Amino acid sequence: MSVVTDPDVGLVPGPVHDRIAALSRAQGWYGWAGHAAPSVLDTVEFEYFALRNQAALLDISPMHKYRVTGPGATAMLNRMVTRDVRRIAIGRVGYAVWCDEDGMVIDDGTLFRLAEDDWRLCCQEPMLSWLADACVGFDASVSDESHSIAGLALQGPTSFAVLRAAGFDVARLRPFDLTDAAPGIMVSRTGFTGDLGYELWTGWDEATALWDRLWRAGTDLGLRAIGYDAVNIARIEAGFLTAGVDFQPVHAVERLHRGKTPLELGLGRMVDMAKGHFNGRRALAGPRRHPRSLLLRVDVEGFKPAQDALVYHRRRREVGHITSGVWSPTAKRNIALAHVAMPWARRHPPDLWAEIYTLQEGRWDRRMARLTPVKHSFYAPPRARATPPGLT
Amino acid sequence: MSERTSFDAIVAGAGHNGLTTAAYLARAGLRVLVVEKNDWIGGAAVSRSLHDGWTYSNCSYVCSLFRREIARDLDLPKYGLQVIPYEGGASFTRDGDYFAYYSDHDALRREMARHAPRDADAYARYSQAIMRQCRFIRPFLLRDAPDPVAPGPRDIGELAYLVRKAHDLGARELGETLRFWTMSIGDFLDDHFENDLIKAHLAGSGIIGTGLGVYSPGTAYVLLHHYMGDIDGGIGAWGFARGGMGAISDAIGAAFQAHGGVIRKGAGVERILTRDGRVTGVALEDGAEFHAPVVASNMDVKRTMLEHLAPEDLPADFRRAVERYKIRGSSAKLNIALDRKPAFPAAPAHASFLRGDLHASESLAELERAYDDWKIGEISARPYIDMLIPSQIDPTMAPVGAHMMTVFVQYAPYDLAVDGVRSADNWTEAQRARLASIVLDQMQVACPDIRDRIVHMEVRSPLELEREVGLTEGNIFQGELTFDQLFFNKPVPGYAQYAMPVRGLYLCGSSAHPGGGVMGAPGANAARAILRRETRGRRMKGYAA
Repeated sequence: MSVVTDPDVGLVPGPVHDRIAALSRAQGWYGWAGHAAPSVLDTVEFEYFALRNQAALLDISPMHKYRVTGPGATAMLNRMVTRDVRRIAIGRVGYAVWCDEDGMVIDDGTLFRLAEDDWRLCCQEPMLSWLADACVGFDASVSDESHSIAGLALQGPTSFAVLRAAGFDVARLRPFDLTDAAPGIMVSRTGFTGDLGYELWTGWDEATALWDRLWRAGTDLGLRAIGYDAVNIARIEAGFLTAGVDFQPVHAVERLHRGKTPLELGLGRMVDMAKGHFNGRRALAGPRRHPRSLLLRVDVEGFKPAQDALVYHRRRREVGHITSGVWSPTAKRNIALAHVAMPWARRHPPDLWAEIYTLQEGRWDRRMARLTPVKHSFYAPPRARATPPGLT
Repeated sequence: MSERTSFDAIVAGAGHNGLTTAAYLARAGLRVLVVEKNDWIGGAAVSRSLHDGWTYSNCSYVCSLFRREIARDLDLPKYGLQVIPYEGGASFTRDGDYFAYYSDHDALRREMARHAPRDADAYARYSQAIMRQCRFIRPFLLRDAPDPVAPGPRDIGELAYLVRKAHDLGARELGETLRFWTMSIGDFLDDHFENDLIKAHLAGSGIIGTGLGVYSPGTAYVLLHHYMGDIDGGIGAWGFARGGMGAISDAIGAAFQAHGGVIRKGAGVERILTRDGRVTGVALEDGAEFHAPVVASNMDVKRTMLEHLAPEDLPADFRRAVERYKIRGSSAKLNIALDRKPAFPAAPAHASFLRGDLHASESLAELERAYDDWKIGEISARPYIDMLIPSQIDPTMAPVGAHMMTVFVQYAPYDLAVDGVRSADNWTEAQRARLASIVLDQMQVACPDIRDRIVHMEVRSPLELEREVGLTEGNIFQGELTFDQLFFNKPVPGYAQYAMPVRGLYLCGSSAHPGGGVMGAPGANAARAILRRETRGRRMKGYAA
């Protein structure tokens, strides 16, 4: 007789799976860190518009969550990530990236400062062993909260109204603030959409009750459960990166040179060379000071999404590729993120082109579309920053 | 600071097309003035609050035709434009059933099969036939209509394009196309379907805004006119502008002003000034005069030519053609503030199709009968209604939990017959109340409690549309969408390319190609023509160029 319990095979349910499954008309599921997550519940288009026009609810519990505590927690994190975490105040959330010794990005994520020496890190990639290694020599310890803490993302222009109707007082919460909104429920004004939005954090077993509470509150406010496909459009509009798509986490690649530095990902503002030593600093101050390529936000000529297109300089020399490309229904632009090799990424005028392949009714066509680099995110509504936020 | 009185171009009327023309001209570097008679901008694309807490899309109420090329060129999202698609729709019947139109193909097929299994299969072919026509016509929306009779050098290029596109269709489909452009929507639907309710549901788009019945030749094209738009490339999809249709005009107006344009509200054009066969500016109702070598009129062709120009300014045959231009009012509108969502007892709870366009006509015969009433000057006894509750999707239109309803009504005559006399003056308060009552009766087929839900109601007959917006006879399209007045015949033969017989005078509203609807295309096309003909070396840039 076997002495081990068989591991779960295939995708396992998340904390609110029953609620999501009951709403899934499209039966579109994908694997997110081993959990069954909805890519679409009904229609991507209408889910996207719930997100940008009313309110959308998405289970983000499959994210990896780690708690870092101890008198040396802040010093340890500051040694690990590229920004100065001491500048993240208690009750605040900060975006961060961290690198290996060669300056290559391992992952990005959000750091929640819960107390002086108490942090939570949320990220896409499993990070327990890296965090444990990073703790060596520091008076800090790491625990994995991935399966004890659940997260629900509530995003969109009526998201504040939904929270208010659900009885949460978050009017004074500024972007990147966090608060204990109720016993056992933490709310942060964060999200992956660039819009007004919140993330709610609670115990894994309390998530269904929280979902129901929000769902009831959202009845007259257009609240809709959505899948990742809709979020993906929104995050490209906001100019946010997805690990494994817009960059390859260096721990997950065989070809180590396929990693990217924060500078190459356009995250130079996240790198604080003055704060003292951190992982990758030597490389970023030395040989990797000069980016090999740049991740550009580009406006794509025409109306065909440029996903996966190769990028050319002067229509001839291959200089990069599109990592994420989509028609933006809100910005009414054809938008994309593109890796472009140096020096072409900084040439003026850019003269960059995407080679887009289209399949229409059994026929492939190719078109060259001019790319125009843009500086800022494609969509940044003022409501995302307003405090107190509006109700619509 | 004294008001500037001299401009490079003046646009008469701040409808969405006039603003579009103005914005493109300002973007090309011209000094442009827009004059508007109302204290607000938007023409028939307006959002006004007539009852505290609720906002109406008072006239036009849904959006699909607006060209995304224009939204992109003018960067309208930056100025607050967001177009949100709605899903589905339904037609309710007096016996308590309904036909639901789902945007999901499988759900639609199952729903059609519930009524008529053969029609469920037929729909795929019907829909491909319509889409084929859309594919053919869409490229022409932002191009000039070539003049086949007296072609100039540009016309030859445009004609060659037309011939090439027609050739691409193939002989059989070209035949179908010519048939489609001239036939009735009733005949076209009879070709494809057998179920009365399904046909009635699909026929609505063929008569909206026209003085035609479902069996009048030319109504198949009218349906196409309603299907050739898109939302984000989804052809035929319809949606709401967030904040109501006025959000479209406001965004274009803001883009115009960002390019240095000036909008002057509160006094309309009294006279278009001319000298030696050329426009020199406009004189306004309040006595102000502004001068420019170019005047683009957003008013319909009849109003522009017959009310604001002296007869001697125009060639006699042109003037006669304009006098005969068909622009018949046939539509009315109710805008209703509701205390909560009305009940639709026939529909399943939380039916998604209730977020779409709802109707209560059961057959083509009933629709044709509604047209017969209109022909003799009556309000249709059982009108076609196109009603929606946008506040289910747009959170800005009504207080939380309350709703706003928009009800388009076909048919209501402009010159209402009372005691054998047909006159627009017959639209008294009592007649408008009678209109509302007839429409509410028809609405009760779908939502029997509607009368108990009303907090406030705006009733608009064709006369209100004429008086307030300025559309002659209250015709929503600035002219009938029949083939004799379309394409190179729009508005009248020989004048399809925005330039009117007075030099420097252009038409930029829906009377010009490609016609009515909140499309922006006539406005963009007129701007292109003005820049080409009236400036040295300035050319339109962008996707609508």
